[in-house]
Amino acid sequence: MARFITRRLLLALVTLWLLATIVFVIANVLPADVGRTILGPFAPQESVDALNHRLGTDRPIVVRYVDSMKGIITLDFGESFVSGQPVLPALLGAVGRSAKLAGLALIITIPISIIAGLYAARRRDRKADRAIVLLGVTSSSIPEFITATILVVVVGVQLGWLPVVATAPPNADIVTQIRYLLMPAIAMAIVYFGYIARMTRAGAIDVLQSDYARTATMKGLTTSQTMRHHVLRNALVPTVAVIAVQIGYLFGGIIAVEKIFNYNGMGATMLFAAQNKDLPMLTAGVLIIGIVYMMATLAADVIMAWMNPRIRLDATA
Amino acid sequence: MDVIIQPEPVAPMVAPAVSERSQARRETVRVLLRRPAFIIGNIVIFGWIICAVLGQRITPYDPFNYFAAGHLPPSPEHWMGTDRLGRDVLSRVMVGSRDVLIVAPLAALLGVAAGTLLGLIMGYYRGRVDDVLSRLVEAFLALPVILVGLLTLVVLGTSPLVVIFVVGILFTPIVARTVRSAVLSERELDYVTAAKLRGETGLFILSREIFPNVLGPTVVEMTVRFGYAIFTVATLSFLGVGLQPPSPDWGLSVSQEYTNMISGVWWSTLFPALAIASTVVAVNLIADSLQSALNE
Repeated sequence: MARFITRRLLLALVTLWLLATIVFVIANVLPADVGRTILGPFAPQESVDALNHRLGTDRPIVVRYVDSMKGIITLDFGESFVSGQPVLPALLGAVGRSAKLAGLALIITIPISIIAGLYAARRRDRKADRAIVLLGVTSSSIPEFITATILVVVVGVQLGWLPVVATAPPNADIVTQIRYLLMPAIAMAIVYFGYIARMTRAGAIDVLQSDYARTATMKGLTTSQTMRHHVLRNALVPTVAVIAVQIGYLFGGIIAVEKIFNYNGMGATMLFAAQNKDLPMLTAGVLIIGIVYMMATLAADVIMAWMNPRIRLDATA
Repeated sequence: MDVIIQPEPVAPMVAPAVSERSQARRETVRVLLRRPAFIIGNIVIFGWIICAVLGQRITPYDPFNYFAAGHLPPSPEHWMGTDRLGRDVLSRVMVGSRDVLIVAPLAALLGVAAGTLLGLIMGYYRGRVDDVLSRLVEAFLALPVILVGLLTLVVLGTSPLVVIFVVGILFTPIVARTVRSAVLSERELDYVTAAKLRGETGLFILSREIFPNVLGPTVVEMTVRFGYAIFTVATLSFLGVGLQPPSPDWGLSVSQEYTNMISGVWWSTLFPALAIASTVVAVNLIADSLQSALNE
């Protein structure tokens, strides 16, 4: 197991380096002149030069590349072009607030999706299964901001059950905070329901067709006993993988949801940075989400190896 | 999500293989036409295509230059009400399909073409090439699509062409991974060995032998990517870096109108939102039916 984790960790480092390089290329190589990109076509050349000097983008590309890689190792992502403050503290605060929202979405969606997926697998090709599959396709294909819009119109405005903004008044207790976060979280949970439920269903169907599941049935276990003792653990392996992948997407979709609900998290920070062409903030944001995604997939790999020893034997062999 | 690939039966000679293949294709079409999800999906998409093509010729009002009072609720004159400038929401929703139905398929096509090429190379040559490209694909997959789209569109400036390019490139590694795994199971089959023994070049084997046999998963991937492209383009437009005003694009309309929902003006946001929802769901119903029909 230790060897497995070390190996995965090393691979993750390589991926991180490539990720950082891709982001560097987008922000530094694609624009011919970074200062010009930020200030626009009508700014005088002197201010463009001054800005390039301030950002360090008048130096040769290789120097900038080495510098930015050094920055990642020392956790120095540069200063915001707008506020002049280091970007990392601002970003971490925003990531924390978004994580609250994303966490609530996952808490809502994971149990419901897994139960629905397992139920669909048990009732394979019957009405309940068809309905869950159709619901899954529908829910996962509609963008979060659309789901959020429909929720705001129906639940927030017409029925008036939940607040239509996500930020609770200051000093609100935890219950009030959750109440405010509930609608955006549900909007995101709906998108992930489809992915997780379909993956669980596929995993469970695979296992139910296996010899050992048949043996369990033939030795007289009831379906629910077979499900609990033999199917669950193996069927959830692909589900864990899909949840990890979704954590990365969760942070993508969160931008639009935060915009609709006026919530000051990662999404609002990134949108503000985009409007002001704050490249240091944007690149650091993309990198941090990339790192979060990689840690999530790494954790998923470890959990999967723990759930199914064949995986870790495969990888170390 | 992994596509499960079942290798097609390989016929010994060229001529029967073709007829067998076309027979299999006819069979797939018959299976598809029995699926209500496939039919409904196609009807919805066809409807939006008609709206996109005929545009102003069939809208009740001019979607751009007709102005009534702002934010009129739905009524017999304006079935979906009017927006903040008094433009007819129904007319704008009808022509709003135009941009997304051009941008999204082109982005999907770019992603699938580049991804298929990459996947074929990775799967067939394996070894060092595959190792290096696989790492790169992995790194690309860690990038949050919407955020990188935001960053790139800020850097390059936004235009429909840039949106197509950015979304297409971001989809490439995802497609490459799917095609690679399909090629991996094909390259071990006898017909590939036979072609190698005949002395065919790698390029010939890839394009004439393996590619036709991974066409199934590639077609499925194309429809799936089309769905995601609509999803992504709509979200980017909503965030203000996709399609730009005065385009009647749905995502853009939602973005310009959503703040009015709180004061009870729901129609100018809800209808474009439902239009996006109907399109992506329709495309995904088609993709889903294709996937299960090809696996049967």
